[in-house]
Amino acid sequence: MPRLLPYLLLLPATAFLVVFFLYPFLLVAIESVTRQGAWSLANYERMAGHWKFSAAFWNTLLLAGIVVPIQLALALTMASVVTGLKAGRATILYIFAIPLGISDLAAGLVWLAIFEQTGFLNSLLTGFGLVERPVLFLGYQNPWAILLAIVLAEVWRATAIMMVILVAGMGLIPREYGEAAEVFGASRWQRFLRVTLPLLRPSLQTALILRVILAFEVFAVVAALGGTQFPVLMGETYNWQFTLQDRGVAAALAMVILAISIAATLVLLRLLHVPKEART
Amino acid sequence: MAEIRIRGVAKTFGSFTALHSVDLTIRDREFLVLLGASGCGKTTLLRIVAGLETASAGEVWIGERRVDGLAPRDRGIAMVFQNYAVFPHLTVYENIAFGLRMKKLPQAEIDRRVTRNAELMHIEQLLKRYSGQLSGGQRQRVAVARALAMEPAVILMDEPLSNLDALLRLEMRAELKGVLAGSRTTTIYVTHDQVEAMSLADRIAVMNAGRIVQADDPVQVYRNPAARFVGSFIGNPPMNFLPATPAGPGAWEVAGLRLAGPAGAAGRIEFAIRPEDLAPAPEGLAATVRVVEPLGPHTLVTAEVAGAPFRAVLDSDLRVAPGDRLTLAPAADRIRWFDPETQEALT
Repeated sequence: MPRLLPYLLLLPATAFLVVFFLYPFLLVAIESVTRQGAWSLANYERMAGHWKFSAAFWNTLLLAGIVVPIQLALALTMASVVTGLKAGRATILYIFAIPLGISDLAAGLVWLAIFEQTGFLNSLLTGFGLVERPVLFLGYQNPWAILLAIVLAEVWRATAIMMVILVAGMGLIPREYGEAAEVFGASRWQRFLRVTLPLLRPSLQTALILRVILAFEVFAVVAALGGTQFPVLMGETYNWQFTLQDRGVAAALAMVILAISIAATLVLLRLLHVPKEART
Repeated sequence: MAEIRIRGVAKTFGSFTALHSVDLTIRDREFLVLLGASGCGKTTLLRIVAGLETASAGEVWIGERRVDGLAPRDRGIAMVFQNYAVFPHLTVYENIAFGLRMKKLPQAEIDRRVTRNAELMHIEQLLKRYSGQLSGGQRQRVAVARALAMEPAVILMDEPLSNLDALLRLEMRAELKGVLAGSRTTTIYVTHDQVEAMSLADRIAVMNAGRIVQADDPVQVYRNPAARFVGSFIGNPPMNFLPATPAGPGAWEVAGLRLAGPAGAAGRIEFAIRPEDLAPAPEGLAATVRVVEPLGPHTLVTAEVAGAPFRAVLDSDLRVAPGDRLTLAPAADRIRWFDPETQEALT
């Protein structure tokens, strides 16, 4: 009995996951490879054949490729600053974490209020006389401005989650390692590169996997700021499901998002792997 | 030349004073042990010399340079940490080479120094391992090799043996002494273990409550404590103390026994004697035996003299039992006297 007890205790949670996650997931997976009740790859063909698919696919990767490195750099900097603080650490941490409490659609709307034609940025520019009349930043003529606005909103919104994980990770590194490096001649930057970063690998792994997966699922911020000008995979999934009423293609898109998420996770697991003997 | 001079170094943490204006000179190539109970400020003092802590006041000089404004890496020091601080993500080789790489030494020189110091510490077969694959004693050896490889003018050691088990500590102690004597560095070694201090030190600086109470060679510190604290802290069991009342010029009465003592003092003073400097004799201090502990080479007797606990280390052939009455004569040349007001030794 004592040997079975842990499994028994895990049973309710496992059952919950199987019923509410694994089962629906299987349904979606099956949906993506069936058409009118028969096995078929027609959904995938239809998805790939649509003119927006390629743009959505590459936009999603591009966005993740720009946003995640910026967030990583920022989160590492912020975490280092917070970890180094002697007083007021908790306060700063809370302030940094405020955007975490805001839903992504709300975040998108906040930035829309800044960038739209009647928004804060235009009021500011016209108020100072820098432009004669309000500029249409988020129009179809300015795809780069749309991208920039989305990047800004995403960075603002979701950097804190990485920072929180990294702060926790840095807190686990014994202070003596940094001190030893300092005594043995490492500069601040060398200490960061040669001691902090390698010892932070487990936390970096967690933070990056979480962020990359969430970046592939970007939706509401893009919808608010880019509308139809900047298609992404999640937005296309939504379109196929609700606008075009084609659940099969929507399921296929969901599978594509899942596939790139798994691929990215595997790469990160491999890249930031800490060999067993080199663990603390 | 790496003489270390500590001038008026003080440290406060908020309202707590960890160090009160400490003055100490450590001679070139000397092995100085900072000895004291936990919280006495010894580690703080070491960390100030290392540059890991900033002094609130005072100066630190190493050789001809004032270093208290310099970064640790510019002070010409190496350090061995209490928890070793052997980097877990680097192999033993890379751990020992860490400081040498930071100095950008040529690879051939790095190889030479790593190999030599690994051999010196008998860890040459472990160079490819990670710290997670080493025992505590092996990690300690890596930490020492890493410090020695820097060929520093000064090595600082913060309780390096305190995390080892007793037998290993004994072995490492002897080895450290040999290795450091051969390295020609000046060493400051922090410990709370008096046996470690006695066995390693050229000179012991005994610290108490943020002050250096006495800095002298081990035998002096043991035989002639400069303060009551030193006598009560060093020695196992520590010194016995009894109140003494004046009994004429240069004569004092201690628990009914008349003894020659300091002539200059007045009022009540304190008599002190080490437990091993007592022997049963026809005339002496009247003691009632409470506990008898045979320790092999000798017997530790805890007795009561004039209502105060009093310990004597006696010959193991002596037959005593709890309740027995003994007269214990103190060896005249080993008696010390202290002023109960200032706590300092009287002569």
